Amino acid sequence: MIESSLQLALDSLPFLLKGTIWTVVLSLGGMFFGLLLGFALALLRLYGYWPLQWLSRIYVSFFRGTPLLVQLFMIYYGLPQLGLQLEPLTAALIGFSLNMGAYTSEILRAAIASIDRGQWEAAASIGMGKAQTLYRAILPQAARTALPPLGNSFISLVKDTALAATIQVPELFRQAQLITARTFEIFTMYLAAALIYWVLASILAHFQSRLEARVNRHEQDS
Amino acid sequence: MISVRNLRKAFKGQEVLKGIDLDVAPGEVVAIIGPSGSGKTTLLRCLNLLEEPSGGQITVGSIAIDADKPLKAQQGLVRKLRQHVGFVFQNFNLFPHRTALENVIEGPVQVKKEPRAQAVERARALLAKVGLSGKEDAYPKRLSGGQQQRVAIARALAMQPDVILFDEPTSALDPELVGEVLATIRGLAEEKRTMVIVTHEMSFARDVANRAVFIDQGVIVEQGDARTLFSAPKEERTRQFLSKFLVER
Repeated sequence: MIESSLQLALDSLPFLLKGTIWTVVLSLGGMFFGLLLGFALALLRLYGYWPLQWLSRIYVSFFRGTPLLVQLFMIYYGLPQLGLQLEPLTAALIGFSLNMGAYTSEILRAAIASIDRGQWEAAASIGMGKAQTLYRAILPQAARTALPPLGNSFISLVKDTALAATIQVPELFRQAQLITARTFEIFTMYLAAALIYWVLASILAHFQSRLEARVNRHEQDS
Repeated sequence: MISVRNLRKAFKGQEVLKGIDLDVAPGEVVAIIGPSGSGKTTLLRCLNLLEEPSGGQITVGSIAIDADKPLKAQQGLVRKLRQHVGFVFQNFNLFPHRTALENVIEGPVQVKKEPRAQAVERARALLAKVGLSGKEDAYPKRLSGGQQQRVAIARALAMQPDVILFDEPTSALDPELVGEVLATIRGLAEEKRTMVIVTHEMSFARDVANRAVFIDQGVIVEQGDARTLFSAPKEERTRQFLSKFLVER
């Protein structure tokens, strides 16, 4: 019984790995575009004129305050009614990026705001402009504060990509579902999928801690 | 070198500076003294526009800022002025993620676009000058307060400023570390550098400054030769403020 299950899991591995590729694509894409969007939203919120600040607030409030699944359905099933038909993968990537942007913007905003005003003044006193100060002095320090919660959000994203199965993206969870429908080895297949998610999350956690060590260099006492 | 005319600053309707006129000649060391809340730090911060004045004129060398107009409209001039005016903060404000050497070369390389090798060479010499040879690669966290403040002085010097402003440079230091920072500033005074120093170190102000300026409630009450002002203040308010110090002496 166990042997045949194991055999099945191994036989299904190529299908699962094919799905894993899409899971990775969605995760990395969501992180990348989410981070870009989040950074822009954070800057608007911190330094934009008040209408832009409010726009940023409302955006974040909406995308954090509504279920990701509902957002994906709106984009994939809802937008065609408005004349915009998206491929499943595109729809998922947009959905995850928009959602991720809301979370990362809050993390980045808090991290940037936590840097002492004296750092801005020190940079100003040697003639630096705002953008230069942000890039050279503030962001490297904000990264220290932002990395742990960003890591958390990214790991959540990896797991949330499973929701893309509901809008026809052939990612890991969807592949596992398809195999169980054929073989009825339900527990084995979902366990195999779970293990792959776990590996992906662990890899991400590993990179996170290496990056944290790097930005914390200057905090070490010896 | 510096000329200030009718400088005014109000915070939320509260007038902190009520029309300050001040001139600083090249090579002159001016000490600004006064009680807490007198406006002396605000005055200093207005000089390099870390604080936006409510009105008045500030001229440093050939750069003239008209503070009757919003600073936003003269950002280019403001940045130019700051490249000519060094500032040393009470809390050092070193960049914690950069080593001592990186802190010192930051301005020359990033702002003045000086070749890195040349900036590094000058930075090493400046760190040696403030007594920190061998600490080039140390991060601020590993330096004492006195050492951090001396790195901050080297950072200001690296910009080759026409004038250096010191905002209570020893107030955040443990008593035993005050001396090394004062000695460094004294050394700069001997080189005839133009400096404006806000300080509570009265004997230091008397010995190092050419001129002392006593500020109270947003106005210059009295100014003049530092030794004369400390030994024979003319105004009653100055006398009151200095009485504690004069007795201690």
